[in-house]
Amino acid sequence: MKTMALSWRYLWSRPLGAALNVLLLSLGLASITFLLLLSFQLDKAFDKDLAGIDAVVGAKGSPMQLILCGVFHIDVPPGNVPLKAVEALRANPLVAEVVPLSLGDSFQGFRIVGSSHDYVHHYGATFAQGGLWRAPMEVVLGAAAAKKLGLQLGGTFVGSHGLAGGGHMHGEDPYTVVGILQPTGTVIDRLIVTDTASAWKVHEDRHAGHDEHDEDHAADEVKREVTLALVQYKTPLAAMSFPRWVNTNTVMQAASPALEISRLLSMLGLGTDVLRAFAGVLLLTAGLSVFIALLNAVRERRADLALLRMLGAPPGKIAALLLGEALWLGLVSAVIGVAGGQALTLLIGWMLQLSNSLLIGGWVWPVELLWVPALACVVSLAAAVVPTVEAYRVSVLELLQGR
Amino acid sequence: MIQSAQLSYCYPGGLPLHFPDVDVPQGRVVVLSGPSGCGKSTWLALAAGLVQPASGRLTVAGQALATLSGAAADAWRARTIGFLPQKLHLSAALTVAQNLAMAQWAAGQDQDDARIRQALDALDVAGLAQRRPAQLSGGQAQRVALARAVLLAPQVILADEPTASLDDDAASAAVNLLLQTARQQGATLVIATHDGRVAAAIDATPAGTPGYTALWLSRQATGAAP
Repeated sequence: MKTMALSWRYLWSRPLGAALNVLLLSLGLASITFLLLLSFQLDKAFDKDLAGIDAVVGAKGSPMQLILCGVFHIDVPPGNVPLKAVEALRANPLVAEVVPLSLGDSFQGFRIVGSSHDYVHHYGATFAQGGLWRAPMEVVLGAAAAKKLGLQLGGTFVGSHGLAGGGHMHGEDPYTVVGILQPTGTVIDRLIVTDTASAWKVHEDRHAGHDEHDEDHAADEVKREVTLALVQYKTPLAAMSFPRWVNTNTVMQAASPALEISRLLSMLGLGTDVLRAFAGVLLLTAGLSVFIALLNAVRERRADLALLRMLGAPPGKIAALLLGEALWLGLVSAVIGVAGGQALTLLIGWMLQLSNSLLIGGWVWPVELLWVPALACVVSLAAAVVPTVEAYRVSVLELLQGR
Repeated sequence: MIQSAQLSYCYPGGLPLHFPDVDVPQGRVVVLSGPSGCGKSTWLALAAGLVQPASGRLTVAGQALATLSGAAADAWRARTIGFLPQKLHLSAALTVAQNLAMAQWAAGQDQDDARIRQALDALDVAGLAQRRPAQLSGGQAQRVALARAVLLAPQVILADEPTASLDDDAASAAVNLLLQTARQQGATLVIATHDGRVAAAIDATPAGTPGYTALWLSRQATGAAP
């Protein structure tokens, strides 16, 4: 223990060099911490949003688009499918639950999702205020949406057609807020959820207005459409046959979120690989810098080290003194690096929250973060190997003759 | 107590250095001198158990050094030998007290602040304990280095060129300090020097002191310079 205290003093006897090395190492470690946290948070966000959704059924087209739109609400819907076809899925013995979603309208950038109560239950959301809708045109706000929109219970607003805002305003049919959800950390936080019937009402009223005559509702019933449906299987084995069955026997397609997300992540993978390589180069540079600093320290202090040998210190003790210095560098840098990485992640999370996109942020300490101090110690100790060997071999005869 | 017989050391690829026999009792002063390259440093290294002789026998403070090596030699050196290097080598990163603590650390002992204060006090530099070596005068630094050398109460003190680069007054003061400290400790004192003032300073000490044993290493006798 005393050896560690001594190496600490020796390390900071050259404050500028030590600080520079700590800075270099910390930068590399902060990048790695940031990457670890980012991928952990993305995985967590994906997992939470995907939980309990085994397949998404919707119009034929890009399966990835179907997932991005139907699960994460970050892409436009591929088109509509008949309600009857979706309802028919319930009859499939492999299917445990079907939650239809109607998309297409928004309010100030927040998507209005027409669905059933099952959708709110699916994400295990609880109410901060109010409760579920009991009639069409009543809505429940996700926590982030409510906060951003500043809407209260009983507040009303008019949705606009399209997801970007600035579309046709459905002026005749205002929505009323009847419930506000607690934050869940899932996609529902940034959604406005209402009954499926609301979407039909908004759009049929509009058509009725244009057509100037009121067809009987039975005809509407037949033509009614939804955008897609979230499906939960009864058995994991359904994954083998259900998508094929949907793709061949219906006008719809079934997409597997797990499959599409792994495809998406492998596409993003190239980007994170580049970042990882960059962090690696930073660490390597830091390692080299530590190596040079320690080597210089040994050369400068050759005589001091030789004197310690003369005073009776075994060579191993001299080597331990130097390794101690390297270890201190690694540990101090690991602390600063992790703190820096966390701060950067919080910053990114705050920026993403501003743009209502993926939910990242919060203070997480995944186990993988232990890699950072481990890596710091490995890099600094590896950099210390050659200087330590040199210190180990320091010859006292040289001290006696060096005059 | 230092005894040697037929002692020689051989540098890799060089001719062996032969050293004259010595036999001095505990507490004696030895002045080790000779021209440059005569093997003074080598003799010190042999006496400190840092290198093994090529042949012959060397016994220091009752320990036959031929049978001592590695960790045992390090531990023995920490206990038995006090060393005053020519350039003092006080670590600039540490205070005076911490520099002394280094000697205890090197010997594998727990830090003993009372003993450190006592050693500094014996050399009249206790007041400088918290200073850095850079803040000391030459004389003060030498006293601190001597305090470090005698911290663990060694039986043998090896002083390497203690008067180099000192003026006459300072040189004789340095020698007197060494003699006095060694006498207090009951330690055998070996002064390696090529400075004639050392012998003169010992001769000039008050009557009743036992004088010194001169150990003259000559280049001719050793055969080759390292």
